[in-house]
Amino acid sequence: MMRSAFLGGTLAAVDSVPGAAAAEATQSLPMNFLTGYGDRAFPVVNLTWGVLAISVIVVIVITALLLGALFRRRPGGWAHDPARLPVSREGNGLPWISIGVGISTVVLFGTVVWTMTTLSAVMEPDEDTALTIEVDAHQWWWEVRYLGDSPDEIFTTANEIHIPVGRPVRVRLVGGDVIHSFWVPALSGKTDVIPGRTNRTWIEASEPGVYRGQCAEYCGLQHAKMGLFVIASPEDEFEAWREAQLAPASDDIAEDAARGREDFMRNCSACHTVRGTPAGGAVGPDLTHVASRRTIAAGTLENTPANLTAWIEDAQTFKPGNRMPTLDLEGQTLMDIVAYLETLE
Amino acid sequence: MAELSRVPGIVDDTDPAVRRRLDETWAESGGIAAWFTTVDHKKIGIRYLVTAFVFLLLGGVEALVMRMQLAGPDRTLLTPELYNQLFTMHGVTMIFLYAGPILSGFSNYLWPLLIGARDMAFPRLNALSYWVFLFAGIFIYASFGWGVMPNNGWFNYVPYAAREFNPGPNIDILSLGLILLGISTTVGAVNFIVTVMRLRAPGMSINRVPILIWGTLTASVANVLVIPAVSLAFLLLWFDRNFDTAFFQVDAGGQPLLWQHLFWIFGHPWVYAIVLPAMGLVSDALPVLSRRPLVGYTPVALSTVATMALGFGVWVHHMFATGLPDISMSFFSGASIVIAIPSAVAVFAWIATIWMGRPVFNTAFLFFSSFILMFVIGGVSGFMTASVPVDWQLTDTYFVVAHIHYVLIGINLFPVVGGLYYWLPKMTGRMLNEGLGQLNFWLMFIGFNMAFFPMHVTGLLGMPRRIYTYQSGLGWDSLNMVTTVGSFILAAGILVLLVNIALSLGFGRRAGANPWGAGSLEWATSSPPPHYNFVVIPEVASRHPLWEESLQESLRRSRVRQGYELSEGHETFGTGTLDGRPDVILRMPGDSWMPFLLSLSLTLLFAGMLLQSWWAGAAGLLAILVSLAVWLWPEPHLGQAVEREHG
Repeated sequence: MMRSAFLGGTLAAVDSVPGAAAAEATQSLPMNFLTGYGDRAFPVVNLTWGVLAISVIVVIVITALLLGALFRRRPGGWAHDPARLPVSREGNGLPWISIGVGISTVVLFGTVVWTMTTLSAVMEPDEDTALTIEVDAHQWWWEVRYLGDSPDEIFTTANEIHIPVGRPVRVRLVGGDVIHSFWVPALSGKTDVIPGRTNRTWIEASEPGVYRGQCAEYCGLQHAKMGLFVIASPEDEFEAWREAQLAPASDDIAEDAARGREDFMRNCSACHTVRGTPAGGAVGPDLTHVASRRTIAAGTLENTPANLTAWIEDAQTFKPGNRMPTLDLEGQTLMDIVAYLETLE
Repeated sequence: MAELSRVPGIVDDTDPAVRRRLDETWAESGGIAAWFTTVDHKKIGIRYLVTAFVFLLLGGVEALVMRMQLAGPDRTLLTPELYNQLFTMHGVTMIFLYAGPILSGFSNYLWPLLIGARDMAFPRLNALSYWVFLFAGIFIYASFGWGVMPNNGWFNYVPYAAREFNPGPNIDILSLGLILLGISTTVGAVNFIVTVMRLRAPGMSINRVPILIWGTLTASVANVLVIPAVSLAFLLLWFDRNFDTAFFQVDAGGQPLLWQHLFWIFGHPWVYAIVLPAMGLVSDALPVLSRRPLVGYTPVALSTVATMALGFGVWVHHMFATGLPDISMSFFSGASIVIAIPSAVAVFAWIATIWMGRPVFNTAFLFFSSFILMFVIGGVSGFMTASVPVDWQLTDTYFVVAHIHYVLIGINLFPVVGGLYYWLPKMTGRMLNEGLGQLNFWLMFIGFNMAFFPMHVTGLLGMPRRIYTYQSGLGWDSLNMVTTVGSFILAAGILVLLVNIALSLGFGRRAGANPWGAGSLEWATSSPPPHYNFVVIPEVASRHPLWEESLQESLRRSRVRQGYELSEGHETFGTGTLDGRPDVILRMPGDSWMPFLLSLSLTLLFAGMLLQSWWAGAAGLLAILVSLAVWLWPEPHLGQAVEREHG
């Protein structure tokens, strides 16, 4: 049985981030947004708790009033046959409406003001952004491009966004096929990725950790399996990661991996790119450093050699309808290709 | 009265000669043909109720199957495509084929009785509206036969709806089916509007109509204004898919967001259209069972209209995550929060009515009073999603699924079931069983809240909507199991309702004209009412014609036992829109094949368009023209010659 990515993948990933204070909170309920991390999230978390509290209080008050109305003592006890009970217009009910609506109106207008101030607080980051990342959403994975001033600072990865802790990061959302929505609950609410448009948002993680995200706009067959991870690490670790990602694939590999590279070029390069090799396909994810990623197929499976083998052999079992074809590779070829992919760290 | 073509005499409603004349005049052709030719609003109303209820059951079964798939993580009962088709059909069915039409059923049945008229203003149009609804439902459900059900959600966003990503006929069936249904909704809405403007009994000024009239009138005006937007959107989409136009295609300069605007300009007012009449049912029946007139009739009536007026300006709250400028989001956010104010008016009016009255805890009352609580829960969750930054998190999670079900089950289904307990005795002449009724209520109340309340939490824990499966370890597993169990308890409640109705039809206690001691006109006539509704046309002097003796609020009395005899054909009074003074004796058409044939022709045209069989389409179009010509051919006995004199 394949290990589902979430349990295996994320917990392992969290362990590997030193000083991950956020780890515990994001671990048990990784998609909740009642706790947030970073300046983009904090004001919204407060507002969310605020309107949630108002809502709960309203429900409690109304329930109490309703129960009072239903069960308050009445002269003559309870009636069972309405037709025998005469109607009468006793008392003046209008104060109920004027007082009730009066109080509601004050609360509602207060909420409007709180909403507006929160909105203006989170639209733009206060300080300069550390970097700009371009995210292209595809059916059903995320292409992540780190932008830079010169071409040699630009690289592409998939389904994982690494950011430095405590620095706002700008995210450009470039629409491709159908509408998707970029969502990392602990860091930021949703921003749709719409074909023909480029939407902008930003994220910031106040603490190191792995933050799970997922596509939040129905995008077809595998909308359910379009996960995303944001990994926040201290500045120096992030820089080290970036340096590693900028490097092309290593040539210095073992014999089976070298055979696997040949097979990869023959079978996989039409769709996948490995920088530093002839593989330049643009249909599927860039695999230059695929071995460094935590999951495969957008959070569907933990990235282990066994899972990778099973995925290449028959991707349709794990994520029916995805664009990865079943190639009927021979056993040895398959093993060599996996051996090659494992060198792409 | 002087302007009338004749002054009808005042007769007693027990006069056997008058009854005989009316029975003869209003008799329908018998046999199988009567199934297709009737224009009686009561039969049409009951058909609407039955058909919409069948769609409720279909949509319910779809939901139960989905709940089995989602009961635990990584379940494989359904393929992803089948799941996507089911959630789409569930939404389309419940929103378009159940929630709207069931209220049309109540309003069709009740309106003429509530306002003291003999039928709707356009009886044949009424029949047309029903037949087109039925055929549109069958049209959409025919997709089941080929396994190509629509698969893109009821909101049907492009570009996933475009041919490039969705090459099968699924979306074409949805598009054409909903355009067809739009015809039904539109003619129905026009009929309601004209009926209330022109057919109220003498003396029933606009401030004396029951709240249900305000609710359905408001909803109808909204429908006339917004159905064109969605019908147009679906037509443009059909063009895009079949003739390579580029209204929504990005490559050719189209705009996916155009779809969202057109859809939600319709979609949000539609939500109000499928709750305001249901709120009206409660506002009319709850006071009867609390033995006092509704507290704050005028504020409640005005808040109904105000809700819809504001309701036209909130559609963008469905699009807060699309990257719109913050200034426009602020506007729509404010409007969406403020729209809670008219709702608060109604809530406090209902609670005050119970508080100051003497409630009778029968089944209908349980449904109506518990509805208030669910209305408030659905209201506050809507209030939360109205706040833009909060909505960025809540939107497209199960929190919104919880919200929409508190609105649609809490505010639509609960009043509807309560309404059945309350009004079925009028329709069938037989009471429902109270014991089964209480069981029915508690199963539905517990099942519903058990299914949908936990969804708020599931949403706050980040479970997205419209996913066919989920992984374990996200904190969603047990909540989903609870929801699944609750949904089956809710379904059991619906089954008890069906059993209760079946038993009632066979063995129910006779209801009599007015089993609840109610004050409005529908209870003045027998249960079930005769074809012509009222032997004599009542004359109304207050908001509660049957409660005037108890309330003693004025010396003037409505006349319901005695009144004008209108028996020279299918006659009823046409009255002034505001004051309810009669200014014409209207003659209404009797049974006709034309509504059925026109509906069939329309369906043939749409089937031809779907199959791109242009011969079938042309035949349908020709049949439409012929049916219309026959329908509209002037008939002197309907007074259509007289109309010419007025120019």
